[in-house]
Amino acid sequence: MVLPPGTNGTVTSGAPRLALHAISRRYGGLQALDGASLNAAAGEVHALVGENGAGKTTLMKIAFGLETPDSGSMTLDGAPLAPRSPRDAMRAGIGMVQQHFALVDAMTVAENVALGGTGTLDLHATATLITRISADAGLPLDPHARVGTLPLSAQQRLEIVKALARNTHTLILDEPTAVLSPDESRDLLTWARRFADDGGTVILIAHKLREILSIADRITVLRRGRTILETRADATTETALAHAMLGLTPLAVRDKDGRRHTSIALRPTNPIITLRGVTATDENGAERLRDATLGVHAGEILGIAAIEGAGQRELLRVMAGRLTPLRGTATLPASIGWVPEDRHRDAVVLDATLLENLALRGAGSRKGLVAWNTLRGQAAAMMRERDVRAPEPNTTMRQLSGGNQQKFVIGRELADDPRALVVENPTRGLDIRATTSVHDALRAARDAGTAVVVYSSDLDEVLALADRIIVVAGGRTYDVPNDRDLVGRAMLDA
Amino acid sequence: MTRTHAVTRPLLDLLLAGVLAVAVLSALLAISGYSVRDALSALWQGAFSSWSVIASGTLLRATPLLFTGLAVAVAFRAGILNIGAEGQLLLGATAATAMAIAVPASFGLIGTMLALCAGLIAGGAWAFVPALLKVRFGVLEVISTIMLNVVALNVTGLLVRGPLQEPTRTFPQSPLIEQALRLPRLMTGTRLHIGFALAVLLAIGMAWFLHATASGFRLRMTGANSRAASSAGGVDVTRVTVLAFVLSGALAGLGGAVEVTGVTYALYENLSPGYGFTAIAVALLARLNPIAAVGSAIVFGALEAGASAMQREAHVPAGMVGVVEACVILMLLASEWVGERLASTTSWNRGAPPRTPEPSSVSAAPTPPSP
Amino acid sequence: MTAAPLADFLDASIRSATPLLIAALGETIAERSGVINVGLEGAIIVGCLAGLATASTLGPAPALLAAAAAGVAITAVFALVAIGLVADQIITGTAITMLGLGITSTLYRVIYGDSGAALSAPTLGPIGIPLLKDLPILGRPLFQQPLPTYVAFLLVPTVWWWLYRTHAGLALRATGENPAAARAAGARPRRIQLWATLFGGACGGLAGGTLVLAQVGTFAEGMSAGRGFIAIAIVALGRWHPVGALMAALLFGMASALQFLGQALGLTIPYQIFLAIPYVLTLTALGIASGRYRAPAALGVRPNVAA
Repeated sequence: MVLPPGTNGTVTSGAPRLALHAISRRYGGLQALDGASLNAAAGEVHALVGENGAGKTTLMKIAFGLETPDSGSMTLDGAPLAPRSPRDAMRAGIGMVQQHFALVDAMTVAENVALGGTGTLDLHATATLITRISADAGLPLDPHARVGTLPLSAQQRLEIVKALARNTHTLILDEPTAVLSPDESRDLLTWARRFADDGGTVILIAHKLREILSIADRITVLRRGRTILETRADATTETALAHAMLGLTPLAVRDKDGRRHTSIALRPTNPIITLRGVTATDENGAERLRDATLGVHAGEILGIAAIEGAGQRELLRVMAGRLTPLRGTATLPASIGWVPEDRHRDAVVLDATLLENLALRGAGSRKGLVAWNTLRGQAAAMMRERDVRAPEPNTTMRQLSGGNQQKFVIGRELADDPRALVVENPTRGLDIRATTSVHDALRAARDAGTAVVVYSSDLDEVLALADRIIVVAGGRTYDVPNDRDLVGRAMLDA
Repeated sequence: MTRTHAVTRPLLDLLLAGVLAVAVLSALLAISGYSVRDALSALWQGAFSSWSVIASGTLLRATPLLFTGLAVAVAFRAGILNIGAEGQLLLGATAATAMAIAVPASFGLIGTMLALCAGLIAGGAWAFVPALLKVRFGVLEVISTIMLNVVALNVTGLLVRGPLQEPTRTFPQSPLIEQALRLPRLMTGTRLHIGFALAVLLAIGMAWFLHATASGFRLRMTGANSRAASSAGGVDVTRVTVLAFVLSGALAGLGGAVEVTGVTYALYENLSPGYGFTAIAVALLARLNPIAAVGSAIVFGALEAGASAMQREAHVPAGMVGVVEACVILMLLASEWVGERLASTTSWNRGAPPRTPEPSSVSAAPTPPSP
Repeated sequence: MTAAPLADFLDASIRSATPLLIAALGETIAERSGVINVGLEGAIIVGCLAGLATASTLGPAPALLAAAAAGVAITAVFALVAIGLVADQIITGTAITMLGLGITSTLYRVIYGDSGAALSAPTLGPIGIPLLKDLPILGRPLFQQPLPTYVAFLLVPTVWWWLYRTHAGLALRATGENPAAARAAGARPRRIQLWATLFGGACGGLAGGTLVLAQVGTFAEGMSAGRGFIAIAIVALGRWHPVGALMAALLFGMASALQFLGQALGLTIPYQIFLAIPYVLTLTALGIASGRYRAPAALGVRPNVAA
C-alpha cells in the first residue's frame, strides 16, 4: 500500500489518520447524523457500532465522498479533506466496501478491478496484479471469473482487492461479515488485522460484539446520529457496548396513561398464523430464514426483534403471505393486512387518489365494476376514525405527510377486519404524534382480536408494543422474554 | 383535483398546445421566408373554414389518429411502450380488406362489421407477439414493436402484390371494396364516415373502462406502480400487461380497418403516413386521458388537414407540420421536467407515460440484495 | 451459378449494408452506455440533406463530414432532453425522428423549390485497391467500393478496440450495465452517455451522407426509409457487439440484395419475405437472451444518481 504523504513511509501506530468531526446530515425530515465524530488511527482496526438507523453507513459514505455533510469537517493525517466524489476519496487513499457491492455482474473480476483507470486497457497486466495482491493478502480470487457467478464472499474479496489495487491505506468495510459464514468471517478479520499491522487503517462497521472485541483496537459507538462512546477495545465489555448502543434510558414510548401495557391473558386458542419448519430465500435465492416454527394467536401482538439482515424481512413476508417458503409450511388466514416498510414502493400508488389507494386492497380479485360510491363512504369513515388529515377528498397520496400516509395504509389494511396484521417498521420517519397514533391503532387491532405481528428496527418500540417477543438472529428464531437486556443480547449474538 | 378541475385542465392543455403549435409554426414560417398571414389563413381554410371542411378535413384526419392515440394511451397507462401501433393498424387494415373481399356484397353492413372485427382481431394478435416476448423473455417492447412494424409492412406489401391484388394486376393495391360494404357516411355531402363516431364512442368507453371497472383499475395501478399493485393489491401484473398490450393492438387494428372501409376503400402499403408515431404525440398531449384524446386527435387532425391546404395555397411544405408536432412533444417533455422542479402535485403525474422501465424488462437481471 | 451474378449480389449487399453498418456502430456505442436512441432515423435523414447541400461547395468527401455534423446537431437536442432533462428516451427519440423528417422535408423545398427537379450532387466514385480488386468474386465487392465503405470497414475494428481495449471503453460498458458501480469507481456516467449518444448521432449523419453521396446521388423526402430503425435492429441482432453489428448489417444488406439475385435466378419468391427474414431472426435471437449476449442491463433506464 502507498501510505499518505507526510508519513515518510513510516507509520507510528496510533498516529491519527482519518478524523471526522461534528458531522451533521439531514434527509428531508430525518436527522441522520447530528454532530457525529470518529477518530481512526494508523495501524489500527477501528470498529464503528450502533443500532440500525444510528447513522454508521451515512457517516462512512461521507468519508468516501458518496455523500456530502451539511456541516462538520474531515481530516486525513491532519490535513483537511473534503471528498466530493468517490474519485476524490480514492485519490486520497480511502476505499470503501459497501453493503451492496458496486460491481458490474456481467463483467469479469479483472474488468471490475480495472474500471476507473485511464489509457489503454491491459487486462493481462490487471490479472497478474490481482493474482499478486490476492496471494499477498490471502484473498483468493480468479481474475477471469464473471462476477455474476461468484458467491457473495468472493464478490466481497473482489471489492477489497479493488481497493487494494488503488493503493488504499484506509479501508472502510460496511457490515462485511453479514454475508459470510463463520469460517469466512474469521479469515476476513485475520486479513484486516494483518492489513492494520502493516500500517493501514481498517474501519469496520459491524454488529457482532464478540467479533468486534476480538479484533478491534478502538471502538466508536453511534446512537441516533451522535457519537455516544469512544473507547479502547480492551477497556470495555460486550454488556457496556450493548448498553451504549441501545441507550441507558428506559422505554421512550409509553402508552397514554404512562403505565406499561400489560398483556392480555392469551386464550388457549389455535394460532391464526402457523409456521412449521419454514425456510425462505431472498430475491437472489440466498437462504435467509432457516427452519422457523412459530404461531401467532388472536388478540396478541407478537414483536419481532432483529438486527438488519437477520432474516426478519423474509419471515414477515412469509407471514403476510407475500413470500412462498422454500421448505416447510405456512398456514395463513384468508385475509391478512400487510404494512411493508417501503411504503412508496410496495404499499401505495403515490400519484393515485386516496380513494384509488383504498380500492387497491383486493383489486386483484375484484370483479365487475368498482363501487366508488361505497368506497367513498368507507374512505371518509376510515379517515375520520384513523385521523388521516387530507386537504380535500380527491387528493393524491403524494400530497399527504408521511404520518398520514402510514395511518391511511394501516386503516386500509384493517378496514375489512382481517384476522392477521403484519407490519414492518411502521413508524419509521414519523413524528411523535403520528407514531403514537400508529401504536394506538396496533393496540386497538390487537384488542379487537386480530393477530398482530410487529417488526421494528427500534428495539424500544418493539418492547413497548409486544406482548410476546421473538428474536431473529442469523436466520433462526428464538423465543425471548420481554426484557431489554436479554433481547438486545440475543439480537446481537452471532 | 376537484371535479371541475378534471375538465378544465385538459381543455387548458389543448388550448395551450394549439397556441404553442401556431406560435412555433409562425416562427418557422417567418424564418423560412414564407408569408405567415397567407400560410395561417390557408391553414384555417383547410381545417376550420366551414362545417363541411371541418368534417371532410379535420375530423376525417382525426379519426385514425384517435384510434391509434387511444391505443397508445391505454398501453402507456399500463406501463407499456407500444411503438407498434403503425404495424398493428396496417395488419388490421389488411385483415379487414381480406374479409371485405371474401364476403359477398349482399352481406351489407354485416359484412362491414365482420371486416371491422377482423381488423380488431388482427391488430390484437399482432400485439400479442411483443407482449409475450416482453413477459416471458424480457425483450424490450420498444425494439420488438419497431421490428414488427417493418414485418407488417412487408406482409402487406406481399399480399397486395399477390393474393390480395386488384384484378388487372397492375398496381400494388387491393381491389376496391364494394359500395355495400363500405362504412356509411356520418354527414351527407361530406367524406366523414361513421368511423369517427365509433372512435368517439370508444374513447368514452375507454374512459368508462379505466375508471369504472375493476379490470381498468388494475390496468391503471399496474402502470402507475406495478410493485404496489402486486404486493398491496394482489394483482396479476403479467396478465394485466399482456391483456393491455393486446387491447392496444386491437384498437390500432380497428383504426386500420376503419380507414380502409371508410376512406381509402382499398389496401396499399403506404396506407399510414405515420399514424402510429403521431399517435404518441396525440396521447401525450391528452395526458393519456381518453376523453381528452378526442380533442387532441382533432388538434392534430386539424394540423394535418391544414398542412395540405398550406402546401396547396401558400406553397408551404407539408413537412413543416411534422416539425411543429415534434416541437410540441419536446416542449411537453420539457414542461414535465420544469413541473417536477417546481414540485407541482397535479398535471403530468396522473396517468403519466411509463417512467423507468424495470430492469427486468430487458432481461432477467437479478435485483441487488435487499437491505 | 456463374461468378458475375454472385459478385453483383455481394456488391449490392455491401453497398446496402454500408450506411446501415455505420449507423449501427454508432448506435451500438450509445446503447452500450445505456441510451437507446430511436431518433437515429432523424440523424440519418438530416445527414442526407446536409450531404446534398454541401457537396457542390465542399466537394463530396468533405460533405460527408458536414453530414456527420448535422447528425450531431439533431442528436444534441435528443441528448439535452433525454439525458439532460431525464425525459423518457423513447418518446424523445420519436420526437427527434419526426423533427428530422419534418425539417429536411421543409428545408429541401425551401432551398430547392417545388420544382421537384432531380438535383444531383457530385458523388464519390468507387476507389479500387490495386491488386486486391482483381480477386475473383470477392475482388469487386470488397475492394472496389466508394470511400464510406472503407470507412465502415475500418470503423469496426476501431470501435472494437476502443470498446474492449481502453479504459474509456470499459467505463462506457460499465455505465450501460450498472451506472452506480461506474460512479463508485470514479467514472461519470452522464457525461459518458452524452458523448456516446453524440457519437451515435455523428454516425447516423454520416450514414445519411453516404446514402446521398455514394449511392443515390440525390435527395428525396423520407429517403432514409426506416434505416434508423433497421440499425437498431442490427444492434440487437449483433448482440451489442461491433463485429456482431458487421455480421448483422451484412445480413440485412444481403436480404435486400437477394431480390436481385432471385430475379437473376428466375426465382418467384416474393422479395418481401427476404426483407422480413432478418427481423424475424432478430426477434428470435432476442428471445434467446443468454448470459453474455443480452442487452446492457441499464439500457433505457433513467438514472436517479446525478454524475
